[in-house]
Amino acid sequence: MKIAFASGKGGTGKTTVAVNIANILQQTGADVQLLDCDVEEPNAHLFLLPRIAWSVPATVRRPDVAEEHCTGCGVCAEFCEYNAITVFKNTVIVFPELCHGCGVCAQFCPERIITESDRAIGVIEGGAAGGIGFVQGRLNVGEVLAPPLIRQVKEKAPKAAVTLIDCPPGTSCPVIEAVRDMDLVVLVSEPTPFGFYDLTLMAATLKTLAIPSGVVVNRCDIGNDELYRFCDREGLPILAEIPHDRRIAECYSRGALITESLPAYRELFANLWQQTLTLLPSRPDR
Amino acid sequence: MAADIDIASLPAGPVGTRLNRDTSMTKEITILSGKGGSGKTTVTGALAALGKNTVLVDADVDAPDLHLLLQPRIRRSTAFYGSKKAKVIAADCIHCGLCVGACRFDAIAPGEPPEISPIFCEGCGMCYRICPVEAIAFAEARTGEWYVSDTAYGPMVHARLDPAQGNSGKLVSLIRDEGRKIAAANQAEFILTDGPPGIGCPVIASLAGTGFVLIVTEPTLAGEHDLRRLAELLALFKIPAGLCINKWDLNPEMTARMEAAGRDLDMHAAGRIRFDLTTVQAQLQGRTVMDYPTSPAAADIEALWKNVEQFRENG
Repeated sequence: MKIAFASGKGGTGKTTVAVNIANILQQTGADVQLLDCDVEEPNAHLFLLPRIAWSVPATVRRPDVAEEHCTGCGVCAEFCEYNAITVFKNTVIVFPELCHGCGVCAQFCPERIITESDRAIGVIEGGAAGGIGFVQGRLNVGEVLAPPLIRQVKEKAPKAAVTLIDCPPGTSCPVIEAVRDMDLVVLVSEPTPFGFYDLTLMAATLKTLAIPSGVVVNRCDIGNDELYRFCDREGLPILAEIPHDRRIAECYSRGALITESLPAYRELFANLWQQTLTLLPSRPDR
Repeated sequence: MAADIDIASLPAGPVGTRLNRDTSMTKEITILSGKGGSGKTTVTGALAALGKNTVLVDADVDAPDLHLLLQPRIRRSTAFYGSKKAKVIAADCIHCGLCVGACRFDAIAPGEPPEISPIFCEGCGMCYRICPVEAIAFAEARTGEWYVSDTAYGPMVHARLDPAQGNSGKLVSLIRDEGRKIAAANQAEFILTDGPPGIGCPVIASLAGTGFVLIVTEPTLAGEHDLRRLAELLALFKIPAGLCINKWDLNPEMTARMEAAGRDLDMHAAGRIRFDLTTVQAQLQGRTVMDYPTSPAAADIEALWKNVEQFRENG
């Protein structure tokens, strides 16, 4: 099964919930892996301290133009929807950071003088943290294309009985790529106006994608009940409530796992997982 | 071989609209963090209340929240056409499947006719151009909406993406451009741009050509890790930055460590904000924390603003 942790708003506890669920699952001996798909700012490794066993570059295709044969016709520039290629007379300028690697320029160059090569945009690293399989993507600083890297993290990850995905914040391209093909999304939010508003945006996105979801209410005792009323109206089940507890904040601050440092919370995460399982759509292969 | 251009060296935004360098009278300050949820919007809202003759831009178009504090009255809304989308014209399709194999984004499900997902279509036009019988339509699609509004603290430009839509970098460039036009017309002193988390596409779109980046982050291991990556990005764009640690008293040791890292990275020490649940109270009332002048957060942000104004004065 594949379950992603997303939120809309940043800093609501996605990583906290994902790593602690991974930790309690490993304690039961489950075949579990965590994929950190927040490739702009991956943080799960700070909590899990994985031993990295392999690393491969993440790449996108980019055009290479054999300029000596260029007639300056400009078809490549005209067809490129991303303004990633410009032609002045017989000089072709490529802006690799703008290129999405769609292949249109190479496909339609009348002289067939555009080839494609791989351009590294980041790395994918894998290994294990105790009994937890671990894979993360890390976007090179200055690169803009998070979605292809996220796609490659998911492709490169080995198979596991339970795959947990830590998503980036936001609601657009990167998070859409991260939740694509998930069986379920756990939305981690907080009952403040910011948390609530961004949850409604993310819930709308998941509705469009037709992916079922449930909600973990973090810092449940600050804010108001607007989020609860929304969940009720939308039929979004509440999977767990995590109280506002300074000890949790301090634990997070130094990169410790709550389920290790504050054993009283183990039951909360175990129950959260049980509730999550009840939401999985039944499939013949399970 | 074709020449490559190093985008960071250009005096323009890499995504979408070209932006001019910050040469006008107006000073743009972009608020960023790397890590999400560290207080960017809370601080931006408070600074809006402190600045005189300011234009506000909410560049976190993925999850915009500044309007929840500033209660804008929308004066003008405009549909945003973020990218083209391809669509199969079923009546003309001969089911050859060429488009399915040519799409690099797995956006076309095989079938008779095949189906193009508007969510995963990146608008490259490959299928449209490769189709032998012109059975694919390819047109600009609406992916969001942007607004010019009035707030108690000055004009505000903000936006909203439609559910499951992308290309937020282009939208960020567009609304920042609009913010600059308004600032020029008003001879505004400051543009305050509330940025998104991360270091990718929308972040780069919200910092290219800005005058100063105010980093608002938190004293956690994750905050520190993300700060370093953001600092690398700012160095690439050669943008001066100030560092503010929010909720600093949650971990004074980490605060000191991050401030030391900031000094090593040539950042200005912009300030510290105490952990203060008044910020949540303010949010609940749809106000900025400056409406609670006796709160610790308000006092700390006032000191922060004095510092930031000074850095900007001194270039």
